[in-house]
Amino acid sequence: MNNIIGYIIIGIGVLFNLFGCIGLLRMPDVYCRLQAATKCVTLGICFVLIGVVVIVGFNPLGVKALICMVFILVTSPTGAHALARGAHKSGVKLWKKSVCDKYKDKESK
Amino acid sequence: MIKQKHNMGNKLRSFFYLFILLIFVWFAFTSSFDIQEVITGILVSLVLSLFLSKTFNELGFPPFSIKRGFFFLTYFIVLLWEIIKANFDVAYRIIHPKMPIKPGIVIIKTKLKSNIAKLALANSITLTPGTFTLDIRDDQLLIHWINVKTTDIEEDTKIIGEKFEKYLRIIFE
Repeated sequence: MNNIIGYIIIGIGVLFNLFGCIGLLRMPDVYCRLQAATKCVTLGICFVLIGVVVIVGFNPLGVKALICMVFILVTSPTGAHALARGAHKSGVKLWKKSVCDKYKDKESK
Repeated sequence: MIKQKHNMGNKLRSFFYLFILLIFVWFAFTSSFDIQEVITGILVSLVLSLFLSKTFNELGFPPFSIKRGFFFLTYFIVLLWEIIKANFDVAYRIIHPKMPIKPGIVIIKTKLKSNIAKLALANSITLTPGTFTLDIRDDQLLIHWINVKTTDIEEDTKIIGEKFEKYLRIIFE
């Protein structure tokens, strides 16, 4: 029974990873791509790891999976933030249909 | 910025917290209570927390209390729920043939003072899909939003930041 639930959760995780990859290809500019790539994939990986915990239970392997989850939840936003800030500093432009860019206004002030 | 008191008690406290944290991670990783493992773990944690307690102190974690722990748990559940909800929203936008996105960079204001609280707020905003933090300038956070509803600062603060900030204010201040 645990196996089936675990595999279903892993399946959901893989589905989210797939959405992230599709978003990476479809989105128009760097920032939107980061949205798709980092967020959907973070949740996807978390689901996969939760699935692993459900299948193997609370033994050494399961606890390690949980620790990995914490690390991913802490590091992934930091990485996305650094990438986006670096891109903006080095002058990567937003998509031409973007609504507003207050960062640029602030820099030029 | 909150001025950190570098007195002995503060340092001792952060040393103690760090030691507990490290020993917990060690046992989680080794997951055996063999006498060799225990001794090595205690030694390594002791040395590491001796060297790193100053840095840990400068991060400015608040002292632990039951209330903070409780609110942290509540906050974690709220965050998890927001992440899942917003993930479905972004997934919908990605697979929709017309891609209904309106990206833009907006500013929100925060009332949080300490650096660690701002970091937590920025990371929570980044974790919820659809928004991520680009930069922090004093009390303003610059946020890239995939579906800009309004460019007004007050409104944006209400929509993006408010739901996390009320918990973080209790946890960190």
